[in-house]
Amino acid sequence: MLRILGRSGLDVVGEFGDFALFTGRSLLAAIGSRKLGRRIMRALYEQGVRCLPVIIIVGVFTGLVLGLQGYYVLNRFGSTSLLGDLVSLTLVRELGPVLAALMLVGQAGSALAAELGIQRNSEQIDALETMGASPLAYLVAPRLIAALLSFPIQTTFFTLVGLVGGWISGTLVLALQGNVYWSAVFRAVEPADVRECLLKAVVFGLLTTAICAHNGYNTHRRRRASGARAVSASTTRAVVLSSISVLAADYLITSLLV
Amino acid sequence: MSDPGQTPELFLDVRGIRKRFGDYDVLAGVDLLVPRGSVVTVLGKSGTGKSVFLKCLAGLVTPDAGEIRFDGRALDAANAASRAEFRRRCSYLFQSNALFDSLTVLENVALPLEQTTQVPNAEIRTRCLEALRQLELERFRDQHPGQLSGGMLKRVALARAIVTRPELVLFDEPTAGLDPLRRNAVFEMVAKYQRQFGFTAVLVTHDVPEALAVSDRVALLDGGQMRFQGTPGAFAASEDPAVRAFRDSAGALRDTIAALRRGETVLSEDNL
Repeated sequence: MLRILGRSGLDVVGEFGDFALFTGRSLLAAIGSRKLGRRIMRALYEQGVRCLPVIIIVGVFTGLVLGLQGYYVLNRFGSTSLLGDLVSLTLVRELGPVLAALMLVGQAGSALAAELGIQRNSEQIDALETMGASPLAYLVAPRLIAALLSFPIQTTFFTLVGLVGGWISGTLVLALQGNVYWSAVFRAVEPADVRECLLKAVVFGLLTTAICAHNGYNTHRRRRASGARAVSASTTRAVVLSSISVLAADYLITSLLV
Repeated sequence: MSDPGQTPELFLDVRGIRKRFGDYDVLAGVDLLVPRGSVVTVLGKSGTGKSVFLKCLAGLVTPDAGEIRFDGRALDAANAASRAEFRRRCSYLFQSNALFDSLTVLENVALPLEQTTQVPNAEIRTRCLEALRQLELERFRDQHPGQLSGGMLKRVALARAIVTRPELVLFDEPTAGLDPLRRNAVFEMVAKYQRQFGFTAVLVTHDVPEALAVSDRVALLDGGQMRFQGTPGAFAASEDPAVRAFRDSAGALRDTIAALRRGETVLSEDNL
């Protein structure tokens, strides 16, 4: 039993180290890589533009539900004028970065893990190595840089759309006045809240994209699966670990900043 | 093919390569001599470790023991400079072609020059178009790999392999999964472009007659070791049981089928 625990512990520590090296090497490999800008643009399209519909839809519904629930809770205390405060602070500080990151993991992160897994299985990564090219510079670095750029933008979209959702619930569906809602929003949100939101978005972007890339890239190392099953296992693991890491990092950042 | 009148200089010298996966010794001390400018074919049954051996040469798999000397210099994992030089001077043609689906034919061919050299973009384009022209692929340059046939994909992979003007090209089962006509075309292509570009070629395959036709030297990998190394003529005349079993497999199949038709039970599981 002790031996199993010890071995598992060593495996986890080893994987953390491997992950840290993978992320660091990938970012360093970007230096001097030719046509990196073109690959970053392609990654921005995949991870950014193509994910916008999901971000907008989930953002609107999150705002709608927050507005609805918040209104009825605040109504018990006769404080419905604080709906803007509740929706905006909840979205900016917590739900915006967390839910946007989870949505991006589900769409772009899983696609990245699967794509790299297939590229590993079909020897495309080996082909880059035999050419003397860096697979990390060619395949991983553009995705990490694109995530650093796209996650804050996506999170901002999510939050803004969510605020509109809250406004729809509070004023169009329920009885709150629009100017009361928006003045509460502008009064409640401070620059520090926006900084926290963007910091979380950057951290979640780097963390989840690196986890998804690391899992896909190392598909050939799966012990209990090979071929298509290994790609499937890598993709599932990438999504699960990324989602957990978003929530864990959210708690850590919040506890440091509060 | 090399000039038979001269003793060719050794370009690749492989000694005692060993590789074990779990309890299974895939390579148990493999030697191979590759003269400069020659075509050397490594034959062997499926699962005998031919591809693992080629990946050891390319540095994709690290051998447990043994020495690889390339153009007189030892290659090992600790010597990054020698391995980098080897990669600069060597190309690898994968069994699966390993082309990038998201890139066009032209972009695939340009990839090694783009990612490993400082050659200006205009020259990269010129060299790639020239390689495509030589392999009769010019009009497919804007197509994606998914739109091409198996034979064309093989030619694109070869164009990508030769565009860097390598001195050594490693071919991993270049005819796997192709019909006999396309198989012949691929061997013709190897022979033709080896002469045209003058590279040294190491092929692994199990297509005996075609390999004998295009090779300067033939080796047989069996039981984790090279059971034979020599000229195609010596291979054809060898009395070694492993060589005979491999070389005469077509005849053996004919005998087996004839015996089955006579109602005899002759199926041997040794070769499965």
